Amino acid sequence: MSYRITGNTGEWEIVVGLEVHAQVVSEAKLFSGASAEYGGEPNTHVSLVDAGFPGMLPVLNQECVAQAVRTGLGLEAEVNLFSRFDRKNYFYADLPTGYQISQFAHPIIGKGKVLVDLADGSTREIGVTRLHLEQDAGKSIHDQDPTRSFIDLNRAGVALMEIVSEPDIRSPEEAGAYLRKLRQILRYIGTCDGNMEEGSMRADVNVSVRKPGETEYRTRCEIKNVNSIRFVMMAIEVEAQRQIEVWEAGGTVDQETRLFDHVRGETRSLRSKEDAHDYRYFPDPDLLPLLIEQSWVDELKAALPELPEAKRVRLEQEYGVSRYESSVLCVEQAVADFYETVARGADARLAANWMLGDFFAALNRTGRSIEDSPVSAEGLRELLGLISNSTINGKIAKEVLEDMVETGDSASAIVERKGLRQVTDTGAIENAIREILAANSDKVEEYKSGKDKLFGFFVGQTMKAMKGKGNPALVNETLKKLLSE
Amino acid sequence: MSSIHDLTLASARDALKARKISAVELTNAHIDAIERLDGQLNSFITRTPDQAREAAKVSDEALAKGEGGSLCGIPLGIKDLFCTNGVRTTAASKILGNFVPPYESTVTANLLKDGAVFLGKLNLDEFAMGSANLTSAFGPVENPWKRKGSDVKLVPGGSSGGSAAAVAAGLVLGATGTDTGGSIRQPAAFTGIAGIKPTYGRCSRFGTIAFASSLDQAGPMARNLQDCAILLESMAGFDPRDSTSVDTPVPHYEAALKRGVKGLRVGIPKEYHVEGMPAEIEALWQQGMDWLRDAGAEIVEVSLPHTKYGLPTYYIAALAEASSNLARYDGVRFGERVSAPTLDGLYEASRAAGFGDEVKRRILIGTHVLSSGYYDAYYLRAQKVRTLIQQDFLKAFEKVDVLLTPTAPSGAFAQDEKPSDPVQMYLNDVFTVPASMAGVPALSVPAGLDARGVPLGLQLIGKFFDEETLIAAGHAIEQAAAFHYRPTIHAGVSA
Repeated sequence: MSYRITGNTGEWEIVVGLEVHAQVVSEAKLFSGASAEYGGEPNTHVSLVDAGFPGMLPVLNQECVAQAVRTGLGLEAEVNLFSRFDRKNYFYADLPTGYQISQFAHPIIGKGKVLVDLADGSTREIGVTRLHLEQDAGKSIHDQDPTRSFIDLNRAGVALMEIVSEPDIRSPEEAGAYLRKLRQILRYIGTCDGNMEEGSMRADVNVSVRKPGETEYRTRCEIKNVNSIRFVMMAIEVEAQRQIEVWEAGGTVDQETRLFDHVRGETRSLRSKEDAHDYRYFPDPDLLPLLIEQSWVDELKAALPELPEAKRVRLEQEYGVSRYESSVLCVEQAVADFYETVARGADARLAANWMLGDFFAALNRTGRSIEDSPVSAEGLRELLGLISNSTINGKIAKEVLEDMVETGDSASAIVERKGLRQVTDTGAIENAIREILAANSDKVEEYKSGKDKLFGFFVGQTMKAMKGKGNPALVNETLKKLLSE
Repeated sequence: MSSIHDLTLASARDALKARKISAVELTNAHIDAIERLDGQLNSFITRTPDQAREAAKVSDEALAKGEGGSLCGIPLGIKDLFCTNGVRTTAASKILGNFVPPYESTVTANLLKDGAVFLGKLNLDEFAMGSANLTSAFGPVENPWKRKGSDVKLVPGGSSGGSAAAVAAGLVLGATGTDTGGSIRQPAAFTGIAGIKPTYGRCSRFGTIAFASSLDQAGPMARNLQDCAILLESMAGFDPRDSTSVDTPVPHYEAALKRGVKGLRVGIPKEYHVEGMPAEIEALWQQGMDWLRDAGAEIVEVSLPHTKYGLPTYYIAALAEASSNLARYDGVRFGERVSAPTLDGLYEASRAAGFGDEVKRRILIGTHVLSSGYYDAYYLRAQKVRTLIQQDFLKAFEKVDVLLTPTAPSGAFAQDEKPSDPVQMYLNDVFTVPASMAGVPALSVPAGLDARGVPLGLQLIGKFFDEETLIAAGHAIEQAAAFHYRPTIHAGVSA
């Protein structure tokens, strides 16, 4: 189903393109040796190059180039063996040199694509126009003093990848799915941590609207620096609404840069096209053109980890899990790795079931991540093994898992300590059932006269009497036998 | 020897090694000369006599032990465009205020490593933008030469005018210069000294305040080419902190002096016969050809067809880069700040107060040529023409080994003869700019005096990284010219 907004004049289609700024995972900044680590006391991760001191020169950090190439490969994109750095000139207090070094005319990565999964199970391909390397600016702090602003240059010069999508996105949901998928790929490859709260991933959102069937794009507006997936989706929706109202009132949408105010749920004009900066891009004469070798690209490609899409397909095939289960398990590489550790040597489908169910619930409850999970993959595998070999049943296993989370003890230790080993002794089960049937003779009569639903009642009562330890299959079997006597 | 000031850098080096003089003695003599003469010449912006004496003492200790680098104990002046650790660096601009860099430029660090003694920071055109040393915020430099029978103040050329004047007057044994479009060669010619602009990438630009990054190149200025060769060998070399620095070995330049020019093919670019060039410059040029021919070289006419586009394209390319390079002087982090209630106000006030007229003019032009709507017509086209100019040289160098031209279209002019039209002033660079645009090395050697007794220079232009052949050819001219004249203002007693 295509996403449509209904206005006074009928339906509207939205057209969205995203420019994502992803901070490159690297030790040092793009053109200086200063630390690229997040945080730190203001102005402690700053070299003289970052601060734009006289005579300081940029020197390209090769690791950042490798990260951009890896990312390009992850986006199945063209890697340009020739690229170039340009200066984007503008004055601002947190831009020490008065220009940002970026790649304007010749980006390192060309056309690529991202496959996004939508809620209805369909997938869509969103084109990537380009990816280029550029420097981040510093931070201006305006709220510490009534008359002065403060500048923190820790971020100044940190490497960013600007990943520009084609205007292929047609709904807020697709925008969200694109960002999630992009983040997933970047995290898999280890080129960006995708942490939007810390600003290591931010998006500029280009939005326009048009009538379904129109082939030309109408004027777009750019919403700058949106810092969460949810806000991106909200911003698209409110901006599209605003533009529809403008068009329907007989006006025209002006090309401009806007800001999204999530508190008021609206976008506001930041600057119009007339006020747009003239950035006076030109090739940075301090840097040579960036030439890389195909053989180096091939090496980086060979060393890439398995990417999300490939992993999802493989888990389905190798472990017999559903597409849904596989895609959830593959959202994060660490989860998929955890799953594979559990699934090797256990019932793989049972493992998927448990991870998606009780295990994730336990993580959520304890507020822990997969990396510091209270239960190890090996521990979970042992627990599942106890189910598979009928030492305990599924219900008891839930109780054991909770105990594991709480105490850190192993599953078998808990089963021993609590005496949870399941009863498979048919005699004991038969005795327990006979007692239940004797105590509920009226219900037995009702059952026999056709009230089949009561079977569950008898199972429940039996399990209760056996403190949950009865082997469910044997309990069922024995009950059926005795009730038909 | 009549005076310690008659020593060249090479002879001083030898005398120091032989312990015939001490570094302290040599340094003190130069400090005295600066105190005596520089009040008039104004070649220094910052003098560092105490540091110099300290360094000289250290040099003497090293020399006493038979140690010390190739420049141990040699007093030098440093163009105030090179950042020097702990010593104020101004670029001859008010905007840097009392900026004291906490770092050393690679070129000066190399010189220090070899034992050089720095006497201070030399005056220049503001941000190296000028051809007469009239744009310095610290006042103009006076050329130590005088016209015959006249006391009128002559310009020393620019932008390395302080370096040129200090070397010519014997205040230093050598100096660093920087050359973007002729800033070493033209002042060398105006003051009767030698100067080399090496191949772009030969000397690191790290720590040198940028004018036009794709053109700026540091080089030596001294009384003769032997001294320049010694300095260049120390200054040059690969530097990983400058991405445009080239990783190729530094030859023993001094040895190239002895090579001679037998069989060398010397090209005479016909387009350099510009209209309105004084007859005496033409005559000197012819003299240069004769000298080289007499020394065994072959003279060949060549064509550099895009020469006439050199100046206009230079003033587009260089100023475009300058407009961006100078954006960092904004009053925010260092240098002079003029406070204002808004950020834009702070920028405007600080830059209005900090930059001189010529720098402002060049920032405006550079900003204009990069502006949307003008970029293709100016900047992009200039880049294309620059490639053509470079191809001119490459083609010429298929036929010849070096090119011989005049260094400047005139000798030093008087401070008050400064043309009112800035473009007229830019014509000073007409012969020096093309080599800068191509990135090839070039040098100027003193070759004679004009009718008014003011020195004139000849320029040699060489192949990429072939400074040695340039030095050999230049030395042949030096020997033939036997330029022994002294400026009116000179530290030596025999002046």
